[in-house]
Amino acid sequence: MTKDELRGTVLRVLGQIAPEADLSQLKPDRRIRDQLDVDSMDLLNFVIGLHKELQVEIPEADYPRLSTLNSCTEYLASLLSLA
Amino acid sequence: MAEFVMPQLGADMSAGKLLRWRKKVGDRVQRGDVIADVETDKADIEVEVFSTGVIEKLLVHPGEKVPVGTILAIIQEEGKPAGAGVPPVTQLAPAITAHVAPTAPMRPSVGVAEAARVCISPAARKLAADLGIDPASVAGTGPGGRITLEDVKQAAKAGAPQPTPEAAPDRQIRMRQAIAAAMARSKREIPHYYLSTTIDMSPAMAWLTQENLKRSVEDRLVYGVLLLKAVALALRQVPELNSKWTGGKVVASPGIHVGVAISLRGGGLVAPALHHTDRQSLDGLMKDFRDLVQRARSGSLRSSELSDPTITVTSLGEQGVETVFGIIYSPQVALVGFGKMVERPWLAGNQVVSRHLITATLSGDHRVTDGHRGGLFLTAVERLLQEPEKL
Repeated sequence: MTKDELRGTVLRVLGQIAPEADLSQLKPDRRIRDQLDVDSMDLLNFVIGLHKELQVEIPEADYPRLSTLNSCTEYLASLLSLA
Repeated sequence: MAEFVMPQLGADMSAGKLLRWRKKVGDRVQRGDVIADVETDKADIEVEVFSTGVIEKLLVHPGEKVPVGTILAIIQEEGKPAGAGVPPVTQLAPAITAHVAPTAPMRPSVGVAEAARVCISPAARKLAADLGIDPASVAGTGPGGRITLEDVKQAAKAGAPQPTPEAAPDRQIRMRQAIAAAMARSKREIPHYYLSTTIDMSPAMAWLTQENLKRSVEDRLVYGVLLLKAVALALRQVPELNSKWTGGKVVASPGIHVGVAISLRGGGLVAPALHHTDRQSLDGLMKDFRDLVQRARSGSLRSSELSDPTITVTSLGEQGVETVFGIIYSPQVALVGFGKMVERPWLAGNQVVSRHLITATLSGDHRVTDGHRGGLFLTAVERLLQEPEKL
């Protein structure tokens, strides 16, 4: 999996959380929570969605690293050992 | 026989539109089965039946909007003779045509039911239903604008629109109107009092962190579940807050069904019930809470979830709010609010320490309780959250 594919997966999972959102407008360096009005239940569903798609275990302590699209992609890439 | 009526799914509902029947005449139904979908100002709801038997008559057609209390169907209950309990069906037909609630007076609320009345002959109504045409979209040429059989045929030829889900902006407007009506009524009729207390959430958060470390991603808990359980258990100690004010008196609620305020994407909110909140384990509550949020936002709540809440809990902490002064959702008599969790200095013994704090508020109906009992309730919530492992 490339980083671009990983980003696509992240966006797809986000689309399941906020189906009404136009994700093409998502600013990659701004907090997802602020742009999509997600709450803690959405965040949990996002983590569960990533777990199902990528088979990664994301500890609660690492939730802050999912805050933006860029930081989320970088964090997941490190978990998956992607170049 | 039993009447299946348009339910009142919250104080802000005066009418509902039947979207579709899930059962047909002759089908057997059991208490709890979803037998119809109804559109309200807030959401599309799966409506459950509260009788067991066989559907004898369907009296309202898909696409029709009728007031709360209108008989939608007649169910022949098991073990009861036909005709027992309700007037003969032949007497009901005129009431349906006129869209007059036979048992419950319609509230003069948002005016939607009045606008939704359609004057149409029975034969034309049946044809419209058969053709999938929304009677409200057909122009009537009969006496007084009554829709005739010919009008429906012409509409079919012209491709009259079928009942379709309402456009989002219209739903938003109607939801705002419904909330406005309910909240204005609450503020007008209920003498609110407000109490607040600061709760040290550090023990709960420490326990939760350790607990979630042991759990798979899918089984993790959110701290909101601890708050809901603590509220439910505290209600056992101050049960008068878990009651309803109806007909000028207090009526105790038989169970503790906490309504959870859930914001909807695009605006508005609903507050469906987590049934028997006090009896559920944290795992069960979390599972139901997740399911409820997901279904509230996808528009697939069930009627009992909207009609059963006995108290409402709202949390605005994630919006950065520190203190919530909520408006009671009549006929409930209390609302509990939680603000955001903040890390602040706190005096513990002789030491100033850093603690996770949250502000809990109670909006109480002064006709039912006073500040003394309200204070005991908030103290009970606070105490319960100091021993999260016992929740």
